[in-house]
Amino acid sequence: MIQSISILAGRNKTGRTEKFERIDIHCGEIIGIVGPTGSGKSALIEDIEQLAQRDTTTNRQILLNGRIPDPDLRYDPKKKLIAQLSQNMNFLADMSVEEFLKLHAKCRGKNPNLVDQVIEAANALTGEPIRKDMNLTILSGGQSRSLMVADVAFISDSPIVLIDEIENAGIKKHEALKLLSGNGKIILVVTHDPILALMTKRRIIMKTGGVEKVIATTENEMELSVHLNRIDQELLQIREKVRHGQEITSSFFNAETLSPEFAE
Amino acid sequence: MKVIIVAGTPGAGKTAVLLHTLKVLADEKRNVSAVKVDCLYTEDHLRFQNIGIPTLMGLSRDMCPDHYTIYNLGEMIDFANSNQSETLIVETAGLCHRCAPYTENCLGVCVIDATTGPNTPLKVGPFLSTANVVVITKGDVISQAEREIFRERILEMNPNCRIIEANGLTGKGSIELASCFDEAQTFSYEQEELRHNAPFSICTLCVGETRIHSQHHRGVLRHINGLQEYIGE
Repeated sequence: MIQSISILAGRNKTGRTEKFERIDIHCGEIIGIVGPTGSGKSALIEDIEQLAQRDTTTNRQILLNGRIPDPDLRYDPKKKLIAQLSQNMNFLADMSVEEFLKLHAKCRGKNPNLVDQVIEAANALTGEPIRKDMNLTILSGGQSRSLMVADVAFISDSPIVLIDEIENAGIKKHEALKLLSGNGKIILVVTHDPILALMTKRRIIMKTGGVEKVIATTENEMELSVHLNRIDQELLQIREKVRHGQEITSSFFNAETLSPEFAE
Repeated sequence: MKVIIVAGTPGAGKTAVLLHTLKVLADEKRNVSAVKVDCLYTEDHLRFQNIGIPTLMGLSRDMCPDHYTIYNLGEMIDFANSNQSETLIVETAGLCHRCAPYTENCLGVCVIDATTGPNTPLKVGPFLSTANVVVITKGDVISQAEREIFRERILEMNPNCRIIEANGLTGKGSIELASCFDEAQTFSYEQEELRHNAPFSICTLCVGETRIHSQHHRGVLRHINGLQEYIGE
């Protein structure tokens, strides 16, 4: 059972020790990772994915439940405790959706009958439905990302989930995040999206390859997050209408559709 | 002397991974020498030399680069000895998937590109199945699920290998790979044998025949229907 994951400081790109000693993340927590491109967000995610033991370029160490993890946990997909949704938009494997999901289920020691459930969940996140006889390489960006999300949620199903820029996916990000973050999981989400960043309780700020600081979300920010979410919902509704060829008859600027706070 | 032989398909990232690994060894003040074998052209030896690693370069030209490597291993060992190196790292060109340049006591390192798809480990043959260490590159370009399937396929072909996930751009995996080099057995040039026989094709094409019609075929020939014959004197 995973109670916590800890990041022990390494070095940034200039070789300087990072400005923290240790970050402990407990089960049930969603933590954000933010920073400009090239600031080391993905490298931090990678250190966690491979449970770095001062043997990566950043020299960080990752502990599970406060202890050095068993080496098997690093390498064997059947024992792996970490699921990762990376930035990739497409599959490169030349095989059918069904064959791929069955193979992955086998790698992870899961029931191959999960296939239908995964496809159903993926189709709830995207436009054109995925069928199991489709070849992976012909899936659109949105279909691929949805399938990756559903695969992480059901087949890689792990107590620690790493998410790299879910907002770039062109899929329903809130639904996707909900699907990925089951009960008691530890979620680390790399994001450029203020809505997602402010939904977390804490966020790690990255700079020149190292952790610069960790800040807790303030009450003010939490309030702002609620407002931003409403705007986002509006945008999503308009987006869906545009996508389905409907005319937009109201907008933000039309006070009737807005919640009272915005109309003021 | 420990000898590390690195093989892999063109473009898999052998040189990029090795550059990061050689930097790790250089930082540890280890005395290593390197050899870069290629077919027609390379400047990679200059990149190795730039980080302070004595490096010999060899071009096999119209000869099989793995045969060429084997014929020159003695000279390569002499080169490493002349630099008082305790470890020699040989990067081969490796082209046809059929060969495995590893000798019994070297540390055989196979570098394989994850973006080539999960069937690749089934296709590449002895340079994967007889390796001690398999380095997977470009894993960051595919999903975790595809990486896990790729890894499983490698283990189907070579159940006892150590797998390292590396990245030639960021240097991920280089510290782990460098630490594997210590595990190489002691290399003895006089007694060394190949783990897997080199590919053979003993025919007149090997010595310069360019005509393709069947009336010119001489030597040991294998037909698409599976039959094998010898034509000649």
